[in-house]
Amino acid sequence: MNVSVADRALEEVFRREAGRVLATLIRLLGDFDSAEEARQEAFAAAVEQWAAAGVPANPCAWLIQAGRNKAIDRIRRDVVFRTKILDREIASAEADADAVPEEMGDTTFGDDRLRLIFTCCHPALNGEAHVALTLREVCGLTTQAVARAFLVSEETMAQRLVRAKKKIRDAGIPYETPEPAVFNQRIHGVLAVVYGVFTEGYAVTTGTRLVDAELCGEAIRLGRLLDELLPVNAAVLGLLALMLLHDARRPARVSPDGDVILLEDQDRTLWNQAKIAEGLVLVDRALSIPGQLSPYAVQAAIAALHVRARKKEDTDWPQIVGLYEVLLRLQPSPVVELNHAVAVSMVDGAARALDLVDSLAARGQVSEYHLLHAARGQFLQQLGRPLEAREAYRSALRLATLEPERRLLKARIEGLSCGDRA
Amino acid sequence: MQYLLLIYANEAEMAGRTASAIASMTAEYTDFTKGIIKAGQFKAGDRLKPTSSATTVRVRNGQMAATDGPFAETREQLGGYYLIEAKNLDEAIAIAARIPGAKHGSIEVRPVWPPEA
Repeated sequence: MNVSVADRALEEVFRREAGRVLATLIRLLGDFDSAEEARQEAFAAAVEQWAAAGVPANPCAWLIQAGRNKAIDRIRRDVVFRTKILDREIASAEADADAVPEEMGDTTFGDDRLRLIFTCCHPALNGEAHVALTLREVCGLTTQAVARAFLVSEETMAQRLVRAKKKIRDAGIPYETPEPAVFNQRIHGVLAVVYGVFTEGYAVTTGTRLVDAELCGEAIRLGRLLDELLPVNAAVLGLLALMLLHDARRPARVSPDGDVILLEDQDRTLWNQAKIAEGLVLVDRALSIPGQLSPYAVQAAIAALHVRARKKEDTDWPQIVGLYEVLLRLQPSPVVELNHAVAVSMVDGAARALDLVDSLAARGQVSEYHLLHAARGQFLQQLGRPLEAREAYRSALRLATLEPERRLLKARIEGLSCGDRA
Repeated sequence: MQYLLLIYANEAEMAGRTASAIASMTAEYTDFTKGIIKAGQFKAGDRLKPTSSATTVRVRNGQMAATDGPFAETREQLGGYYLIEAKNLDEAIAIAARIPGAKHGSIEVRPVWPPEA
């Protein structure tokens, strides 16, 4: 094996094992920073020793053992300056270290990874910290990569991570999966973080990029991991299905020039059939679990109806309207109401949809939401009221921040035949 | 770890309660306090007189100034506290959620620095 092939193989092992190794080291060492340092040293030791002896049969266990030993060495070096209490700490750490290989089955790794996920998504941390910690610690992205994804400087992201880890330590956030009494609530918190990572990647909220494939990929990986580690759960299956079915359409969603291509105009042959097939199976599983109806599964079922249509004319809009009505009962929100109205326009026509959107706007909750104005513009255009449509599109344009969406709205305005020049 | 649970509530609303509402809340607090004493989690706890009785003290350039009222005007005011012993934040949060005042006001959970060794 030549050197570059060996390096690449090592990199792959490191990338694959980084999350598992860290998760177990945090439990063994009781601290994020010590665990990260130990993992770094273990990787360095592996580069030297594996080159000579080859990759061990259980690389993850090897790396954890090595990281653990390096950490004990460090405690031993520090002990000169400290008290005898540490002798006892070392003795007990060494005793635990001897016990490490036997307990290192897949179950242990899985339990530790769940601990890590729940800790990174703990409700006592803020939303920015959830996403930053999850991508850095669970997914193993570099601080630089996380910073780039969220359009902040590496320094800002590094500070955010330091603050979050300090809060975990100072507030006594446990490295545990939650008690049964709060388990479901906490799962929903975790899923919200995963979906947040996905939507940030899928519809980047500011700037010039429309899609960040890396974030979408990481969110799907997290979804798969949760499905693998947790007992069957409709919300987890539903979310994973939803992300796969959206992500399947990603190649068709942006033109080579970076413009938005709406669902009805997409080249359906570009959709990723493998992701669609996997997503459809997951939707059916999510919907067939008795007593659990998850809003994620209902959203996935809607996405499934879209991807099942070979041509846009084949879309089963009446069923989509029905599913949005289910979703409105489960999880009412202005965004769901707006999507419901768009589906209604496909079944009952633009006049009824406009009534729904106007009633939503009259309640004043979403006047700053650009898609509401864009939808109004579309309905008005379909009803042959171009002047009002232009006003609505202009309101949308004032509120939209994403450059490709702004271009789409400008094109809509130019496409209107208003009879006058304003 | 020790946590200080700070109980915040709207004083104006509290003052407007009926006698029976006050009696039932007092009973709930008695039950809660007995519960955490029995579980070995109670360290200290008190109810505070309203902010109208508060005085704020500052010393600047060696000059002491005592002024009426709390430092800042807020919608909710500190009305009481518990000092508890808990295994970790999750246990502290679970205890805080059982404080009767959590149903209308809010509880701030603050870890206490351990004494210097």
